[in-house]
Amino acid sequence: MSEHVPSTAQASQAERAAAQETLRHSVTTEAPWVRGVTLAIALAFLGLFLILPLVTVFLEAFKRGVGVYLSAFAEPDAQHAIKLTLLVAAIAVPLNLVFGVAASWAIAKFRFPGKSFLVTLIDLPFSVSPVVSGLVFVLLFGAQGYFGSFLKEHNIQIIFALPGIVIATVFVTFPFVARELIPLMQEQGNTDEEAALSLGASGFTAFLTVTLPNIRWALLYGVLLCNARAMGEFGAVAVVSGHIRGVTNTMPLHIEILYNEYNITAAFAVASLLAFLALLTLAAKSFLEWRFGHALAGRGGHGGH
Amino acid sequence: MLGPSGSGKTTLLRIIAGLEFATEGSVFFGAEDATHLSVQQRRVGFVFQHYALFKHLTVADNIAYGLKVRPRRERPPAAAIKRRVEELIDLVQLNDLGRRYPAQLSGGQRQRVALARALAVEPRVLLLDEPFGALDAKVRKDLRRWLREIHDRTGHTTIFVTHDQDEALELADRVAILSNGRLEQVGTPDEVYENPASPFVLSFLGDTARLPVEVRDDKVFLAGEALDVAVPPGTGPGKHDIYLRPNELTLTEAGTGVPGIIASVRRTVNGRRAEVRVAFSDKLIELDVPPGADLNVSDRIGLKVQQARLFPSG
Repeated sequence: MSEHVPSTAQASQAERAAAQETLRHSVTTEAPWVRGVTLAIALAFLGLFLILPLVTVFLEAFKRGVGVYLSAFAEPDAQHAIKLTLLVAAIAVPLNLVFGVAASWAIAKFRFPGKSFLVTLIDLPFSVSPVVSGLVFVLLFGAQGYFGSFLKEHNIQIIFALPGIVIATVFVTFPFVARELIPLMQEQGNTDEEAALSLGASGFTAFLTVTLPNIRWALLYGVLLCNARAMGEFGAVAVVSGHIRGVTNTMPLHIEILYNEYNITAAFAVASLLAFLALLTLAAKSFLEWRFGHALAGRGGHGGH
Repeated sequence: MLGPSGSGKTTLLRIIAGLEFATEGSVFFGAEDATHLSVQQRRVGFVFQHYALFKHLTVADNIAYGLKVRPRRERPPAAAIKRRVEELIDLVQLNDLGRRYPAQLSGGQRQRVALARALAVEPRVLLLDEPFGALDAKVRKDLRRWLREIHDRTGHTTIFVTHDQDEALELADRVAILSNGRLEQVGTPDEVYENPASPFVLSFLGDTARLPVEVRDDKVFLAGEALDVAVPPGTGPGKHDIYLRPNELTLTEAGTGVPGIIASVRRTVNGRRAEVRVAFSDKLIELDVPPGADLNVSDRIGLKVQQARLFPSG
């Protein structure tokens, strides 16, 4: 094939060059076919389980034209569901904001007995099934529940009403803010606050002028995640809401009802709105991540001239 | 305040600042008992090792912070704050950097901002917690000289915590040496260096070799052999440790002074330096070789001790 037969010395030199070539790339890199296969698996998985369903939601929603799509929102029940969902989120998110900041403050800045237990407890809503979370509140506040007779005497309705939905949503979403803040605040430590105090600031002033600015991006990030879940929560809310149309139906519950009634297009129309809100949250989150990542990078690099 | 890590320097400094509270004892600022004052009431200027600058504020806003957070009736007017900040920026030589954020500054610049911020509140005492610990050697040296100048100019009582002996001796008017939470000695740099009160102080301030010796009949015996060393007055008989400092030793012929063996001879920019293994110890001591001396590895030599430093052993 070739008149040039490489001598053994040349062959070994070529091998060495090849070995050096692969080394120069990266020691952790793999053969092209391995890279190809893993990438293909990841993409196929994403396409099948994420992109395809999302596209389907919007396709189904607009299947019978924009007019039918919009008419799904003209329905009073749908409008009420949207309002209720936004209202619940508007109550639950600020509550969890306050709770999340307070809990992470306590955990990151103080030493007290039972601290690791508290950290574990904060994760509880993540690990418990939402249905169980809903049932717990029915057991507590329902007609046959522990506080049932007391609530009935005072004519307070919690279960199958707005308060129940809010309580269940708060329970399910409370880890989000705290989870974002605790690691950050633990990493930042107390030094900045100590500096502020030594300069004469009161504890509250130090919190406003030093602590809050230090955690603002993580806080916003946590609030966004919390909001996304608050609007989308199905399980726990389904148990406590009672599915009263036009009264206690949130968007996710409304979608389910429409779907069960074979009103597919309307179901997907409302679903598309919910999905759009989720995408909006995700976009905001990515933007914050980009901003936040930049802020994090700016903090490093001490020393040098 | 000087001491090895874990000796309690920072804790003591934080107790003085009011960031931590002592289980016993009192803190006095001059004649005033400050033990029960809060950190805000104590009006100290605290400079942290890692600067603790407020990342979201500019250099100027960082410096102004202590003035801006004052209650309205004590707060100087905005123009006065601005003027004061400019003065301080000038003092710490950070002109033109007032609008920058801490992330855009080098370590040395950040520490100067931290100092300006602490000085802004006219502190009754300035507390510095290893302020140059995170900086490289050259910047440390520059800042050391510069801090001394600022101190002379502003006249604030300053407590400086460090584990660096050079830094402490060069900067301080009075040095307090701590070990294991105990105050070992307080004195001027010359006092603590020339007359260390304890073996700890002696061995902490510079390189030393320790040899177990016995004092009998006003003579020092090393492994049964009498050494050519003068016993300082007031030294009782019995087992002692003798501490040798490189700069208090001169090379002599074998048979005089403390015996030693040359372990290595190396060239340096200032001459030649010999590592001497001191007899009966595995401690190596570095000595400058006098010009023209002919020394080779394994040569037996003597070390003339200019000043014997003896402490009872045990």
